[in-house]
Amino acid sequence: MSEHGSKTAPAAGVHAGETRRDFIHIAAATVTAGGVAAVAWPFVQQLAPAGDTRALSSADVDVSKVPLGSEIRVLIGGQPFFIRHRTPAEIASAEAGDTAQLRDPATDDSRLVKMQDGNLNRAILVTSGTCTHLGCVPVGPAQGSVGEFGGWYCPCHGSHYDTSGRIRKGPAPKNLAIPKYEYTSPSMIKISL
Amino acid sequence: MSGPSTYEPKSGFTKWMDERLPIIRFGGDLMDFPTPKNLNYWWTFGGILAVCLAIQIVSGIVLAMHYVANTQMAFASVERIMRDVDFGWLIRNIHANGASMFFLAVYIHMFRGMYYGSYKAPREVIWILGVVIYLLMMATAFMGYVLPWGQMSFHGSAVITNLIGTIPLVGDTVKTYLMGGPAIGDPTLNRFFSLHYLMPFVIAGVVVLHIWALHVPGNNNPTGVSVKDVKKDTVPFHPYYTVKDGFAIILFLIMFAAFVFFFPNALGHADNSIEANPLQTPAHIVPEWYLLPFYAILRAITFDIGPIPAKLLGVIAMFGAIGILFVLPWLDTSKVRSMRYRPVARSVFVVFVFACVGLGFCGANDPDKLVFKTQADTLALTYNDTNGHPQREVFDDYNAARAKMSNLPPTAGAALEINSVGFKWLWLSQILGAIYFLYFLLFLPLLGVIEKPKPRPASIADSVRKKHGSAPAAAVAAE
Amino acid sequence: MRLAKLALAGLAALAVSAIAIPALAQEHGPAAGGEAEHAASGGEHHLLEPKGGWPHEDYFGTFDQNQLQRGFKVYQEVCSACHGMKLLSFRNLGEQGGPFYDARYPNPNDNPVVKQIAATFVNQIPSIDPDSGDPVKMPAKTSDRILGPYANDIAARVLNGGALPPDLSVITKARHGGAGYVYSLMEGYVAPPAGLTVAAGQHYNAYFGGDTAASWAGDPRLKPPGGFLAMAWPLENANVTFDDGTPTTKEQMAHDVSVFLAWAGDPKAVARKQMGTAVIPFLILLSILVFLSYKAIWRNVEH
Repeated sequence: MSEHGSKTAPAAGVHAGETRRDFIHIAAATVTAGGVAAVAWPFVQQLAPAGDTRALSSADVDVSKVPLGSEIRVLIGGQPFFIRHRTPAEIASAEAGDTAQLRDPATDDSRLVKMQDGNLNRAILVTSGTCTHLGCVPVGPAQGSVGEFGGWYCPCHGSHYDTSGRIRKGPAPKNLAIPKYEYTSPSMIKISL
Repeated sequence: MSGPSTYEPKSGFTKWMDERLPIIRFGGDLMDFPTPKNLNYWWTFGGILAVCLAIQIVSGIVLAMHYVANTQMAFASVERIMRDVDFGWLIRNIHANGASMFFLAVYIHMFRGMYYGSYKAPREVIWILGVVIYLLMMATAFMGYVLPWGQMSFHGSAVITNLIGTIPLVGDTVKTYLMGGPAIGDPTLNRFFSLHYLMPFVIAGVVVLHIWALHVPGNNNPTGVSVKDVKKDTVPFHPYYTVKDGFAIILFLIMFAAFVFFFPNALGHADNSIEANPLQTPAHIVPEWYLLPFYAILRAITFDIGPIPAKLLGVIAMFGAIGILFVLPWLDTSKVRSMRYRPVARSVFVVFVFACVGLGFCGANDPDKLVFKTQADTLALTYNDTNGHPQREVFDDYNAARAKMSNLPPTAGAALEINSVGFKWLWLSQILGAIYFLYFLLFLPLLGVIEKPKPRPASIADSVRKKHGSAPAAAVAAE
Repeated sequence: MRLAKLALAGLAALAVSAIAIPALAQEHGPAAGGEAEHAASGGEHHLLEPKGGWPHEDYFGTFDQNQLQRGFKVYQEVCSACHGMKLLSFRNLGEQGGPFYDARYPNPNDNPVVKQIAATFVNQIPSIDPDSGDPVKMPAKTSDRILGPYANDIAARVLNGGALPPDLSVITKARHGGAGYVYSLMEGYVAPPAGLTVAAGQHYNAYFGGDTAASWAGDPRLKPPGGFLAMAWPLENANVTFDDGTPTTKEQMAHDVSVFLAWAGDPKAVARKQMGTAVIPFLILLSILVFLSYKAIWRNVEH
């Protein structure tokens, strides 16, 4: 009679039979496992940002509204972005100097996006508003504190950014990130996440 | 039948674990549990129910990531799940149809228990725990149905909470505490969401007790005869019944998938796709199909008994219909477990099952409407005669009715309406409801005493041998 | 095998009830959202069907994108004057399976046709003026909902003689008969039979829910089917020019808008059926494998 334990040994030497039977169990178990994985996929994928969240991932900003020497800040998808209207002095200081020696080398031109006519609008700088150290939002001209290099100052751990948003002093490893944006008209930009 | 554990840890890790938390032993013993070898497919529904519970919990937790329990946003949040959340439509369909599948399986599971006498000694507590699970399921499903905040969600919950208000003394307080306010609204929706999330875990806990209680005497079997010899009558649960339950679960999932992918709205109501409007009641309020038999019993009592109003009697009958299940083990007086050997009881049981299904149809229909007409519609002219007594005359010919009507003075208040004659759903509900209660209160107690059962097999092994025609004394085939 | 026949009968009964319960339920019934359930119980009109029926309701049914575009145009030019679809956003129109899906724009927010459609819905979206903080109405963007023309339900009622034009987002799920109901309603504005009084501001429709008994002067057993609604025949003066050249007839407009609304009510229907066509054969295959495994395990046990 079938004792405790799994597969009962067959009577005569039907080793081939046993292998065949084992095969069916392995096959059934494998296909079941495949099915379970296939079912698990939608349950994991539903965690991804949904259609409406993906839809709200860009914003249009009128750059002609930014006061000279100051900036406006916008939130897109919960993340802050700075749009700064630089004075000629600030532009000059951003272009001057040997950028190859910086902690995160980058020329000012490389941090700007061309307008529709192919020219660079040096007066407008668009950067992410998240400090690359540990994620605080640096203060800028509107808060009255631009740090030692005229750009932004992060009060959390003392990172200083210049007028091109590059890290100059303090613990942050990288420059303020430049988001994906484009000029849809001479005065309008569209920033996308 | 529980006994000493037979597990022996083999490896270093399993020995170490066994001394600290014998969970592998626990699992091993469950897998080795001696299970009668003659169980038929009706016994697979326990496993199917466990899978249903898991499916509902997983799909529900995922839906709760996107659903908003606020009257202004609930309906829209469900539509957002259907349209914007990746695979949200799939998970919502699984959850909504899963509830129906859960109840389908639980009804089959309960009918199995009733037919084979699985509620009889020593398994009374398993049965009672099962009825507790059933009640919790009904509460969970009722609250879950409110969450999409459609017309049926709102007005169905209004009907049920009003019923609770009819309970004397405590009714109004319970109703107000349930609703969180003077009417169904935001407080209600929020607390229903919270409780709906909680209850399945309570159900899971009671299921653990239910399975624990089962493992004390062990499974019943189609003969109703207890296990005599573990070696001859039983096989270990794994792999014999893990694979059989697995097969049955897959068949069940095929039916489930047919609903989810091809008829996702067949078991629902179109009215629940209309956002709840407290000022407008749908023409016919009906609960989901699995609650229809009780809805029929509720509406079947249309007469007062003494000081007790019909409405309260209906509530008592409805709760009584579930409550009577708790005492079933003591209502059935038969010493024989399985109705396989009780031919009269078996026929009565079949009638009982059809009564339950029939009550479901009754619950879906307006009690005053007709199941069938016994004659073509005629016209009824109602008016007050010269003495002020109300009169009703039936006409077949419209012109004759009109002629009579124009001859009456205006003070008679004459009106013409359709006169339908036939068999009302209400009467069918009352008949089937009576059959339902009589089964428990009259037939089962009586049949146990007066019925002569057929002879039972001596043991499970004997019944299996007889079925296969092998000689009883000879050794069992090729072991 | 003793109970097998009974079991089969029981299961058959359960299966029948699963389909029949919704059908028997009631006249303006609930049930059977999209799956081609015509009005079942006696006494109600059978719904109208266009030539060719409703292919999107089949097991492997799909939507014709051109028809969806035509239907949307009817919605835009005729229905949107009073009805919103606030559970849809404009970008949904550009999603896969939708009327304006374009494979070059997998993110429907970038779809230029959708952007243009959204822009035609001017003064729609309540917003806040960034300079003054005052409430203001902006033109719609693709991420916005397709709101109706009214600020709220009260305004809607005031401008429609007390009646509220329902939102059309899920209208085909919310009415027994789905697309068939919408089509029948559009085709059901027949002349009221003699003896039927139509109140001012109301219109008789042979397929609208309700009861004509109170307004019927003849034999109550012969009362006309249907009911009264506040909406006049919206297609009466409609003349939508279809971009694909399909001739404009009342029936064509009714047909196309019904199919569009069916898509809008259940945009995932095709994806759902496609997934089902993969899942069910897989489960059948798996059941065969597990059955063979079951047979192999039980081979040597008499049971």
